[in-house]
Amino acid sequence: MSVAAQDTAVSTGRITRAFIYLILLLFALFYLLPLYVMGVNSVKPLSEITGGNMMALPKEWTLDPWRSAWSTAQIGVNPTGLKPYFLTSILMVVPAVAISTMLGAINGYILTKWRFKGDTIIFGLMLFSCFIPFQIVLIPMARVLGMLGMAGSIQGLILVHVVYGLGFSTLYFRNYYAAFPTELVRAAQIDGAGFFRIFWRIMLPVSGPIAVVCVIWQFTNIWNDFLFGASFGGTTQPMTVALNNLVQSSTGVKEYNVHFAAAILAAIPTLIVYIVAGRYFVRGLMAGSVKG
Amino acid sequence: MGFLDIRNVTKSYGAVKVLHSVDIQVEEGEFLVLVGPSGCGKSTLLNMIAGLETISGGEIAIKDRVVNGVHPSKRNIAMVFQSYALYPNMTVGQNITFGLEMHGTPKPERERALAEVAKLLQIDHLLDRKPGQLSGGQRQRVAMGRALVRDPDVFLFDEPLSNLDAKLRVDMRTEIKKLHHKLKRTIVYVTHDQIEALTLSTRIAVMNKGYVQQLGTPKEIYDSPANLFVATFMGSPAMNIITAKLVIEGGRAQAEITDANGKPLRLAFSSGNFTAWEGREILLGIRPEAITDPEGADRNSHNIQPLHNMVTVTEPAGADTFVTMTLSGKDVIARMRADASVQPHQPFDFAVNMEKAVAFDPKTGDRIITA
Repeated sequence: MSVAAQDTAVSTGRITRAFIYLILLLFALFYLLPLYVMGVNSVKPLSEITGGNMMALPKEWTLDPWRSAWSTAQIGVNPTGLKPYFLTSILMVVPAVAISTMLGAINGYILTKWRFKGDTIIFGLMLFSCFIPFQIVLIPMARVLGMLGMAGSIQGLILVHVVYGLGFSTLYFRNYYAAFPTELVRAAQIDGAGFFRIFWRIMLPVSGPIAVVCVIWQFTNIWNDFLFGASFGGTTQPMTVALNNLVQSSTGVKEYNVHFAAAILAAIPTLIVYIVAGRYFVRGLMAGSVKG
Repeated sequence: MGFLDIRNVTKSYGAVKVLHSVDIQVEEGEFLVLVGPSGCGKSTLLNMIAGLETISGGEIAIKDRVVNGVHPSKRNIAMVFQSYALYPNMTVGQNITFGLEMHGTPKPERERALAEVAKLLQIDHLLDRKPGQLSGGQRQRVAMGRALVRDPDVFLFDEPLSNLDAKLRVDMRTEIKKLHHKLKRTIVYVTHDQIEALTLSTRIAVMNKGYVQQLGTPKEIYDSPANLFVATFMGSPAMNIITAKLVIEGGRAQAEITDANGKPLRLAFSSGNFTAWEGREILLGIRPEAITDPEGADRNSHNIQPLHNMVTVTEPAGADTFVTMTLSGKDVIARMRADASVQPHQPFDFAVNMEKAVAFDPKTGDRIITA
């Protein structure tokens, strides 16, 4: 497979190739421009930004805006910077991603390898949850959290995101496991492995690619979520809400350099997840289990 | 009481019955092949023995213990799957010992068993590899190793060779047969390939549409097929089935057929009491290798009959030449020596070994028993 794939690119002339690269380069520059603006302006003193050119490199380099955004900026009523909110986001995202991915994997495993009457209907209903807009569930969710006594807590946010993420994680894993040969499960049954043993020893070890996809998806969605954070966060608000409070503040001087630094800080974790996890998008883990 | 008893077993999915009261007794050390076209229920039956499918009616017993409802891992069986079903994330060694590990066998014992099996199957050098790095034949061996290491009462094979290329398939077939001779274990083997069935088995169950059509040794199945289905399914090219009229002349039963020009001719049966069929229509069954040139005819046969007919087509196939002619309006294939001097579109003197001929009832399709 991989050997053949190397030769499948259509050979093109030099001029065509140069043209293609030029176009791609222009697009790349266009998309990188906002990042550039954010980057250069976050290391300038405020006077340089208000004084004019947003595109220019800083005359005087400074990391003060970053320090301020991280630890001293006025967020709401407290001059705490983004640090505590960043921590809240991490404490919320990591368990929420882990739990929803794990449950999605188990759901997918059951829905494909331990079929039962009505399983397709259940799967259909779970799939349905992917298409429900966030706003619709706000009030029922608030009521449920209130009844559980979890309103305004990190645990409450984790629950909300797990419930909301299950639809997608189940969809990913179900479709992935549908292509997983059932004969392997049967062989393991004959070998004497039980329900969870088969899951741990046979299914999970080959679920790497889909787990990565699922983690990236869940992480980005949950980290970037604003609505649930603002609605159910209470005093434990995530990063996105804090960023909003910082940037939208209507009193005092608008510290654009601090805002840019804060925005980059808020985006860094998802970027890291993409860069790190993207490397594990490996294919071919299934090779050799069955004739293929 | 056999070693493996399949007693009156049925299988239905809702109102659809896919297996109709199957009764087979397998003795210890037997190599039973279930053969039939796809959808005949052979794999379903195997899965029921394995415990992967529930039993709708009747019972299955292994060593006199009824196993209906017993979990697959507690039946003391091992199965080799068509796709091999090797665990992709484990090495060959781990694949083979996984079952022992699950059954709580201590590590030193597992390693000893692994070494033994690896040596037997000549896969010692592959133990640290992953299944993805193996060739088809090697994967096949690993799959067999996984079954062997468990030392089960019954081995179940589900079309294990159908994923291999033609040459390897023949090699592995011989290998499996050798293994059976050496280990003398009880095997139930499913295939759709009638050659595999004939070469490997000590007994064959030919299945079609959920019924066991015939259960017998390869020779019985081949020489005395119970009905038209078995006759035409087993053997390649298939047995020639010729419409004939039964006449009795001088106390000897003869099948009257017509040659390519519509001229009637007669072939006399060796023996048997056909009086009940006198004047009626029968189906005459003759295997291609029973029709030859006169020099190539079986010298041990006491009943070689001449047949003069026009040759339609000749197909040289290396070791044999297949010759097609028309009898009673249908194509009939003869299998001859490669150097038989036969030409297409020429008349030829065939020799028919009527000792091997069988007759069928055109209505029921059953073989006419004339003991």
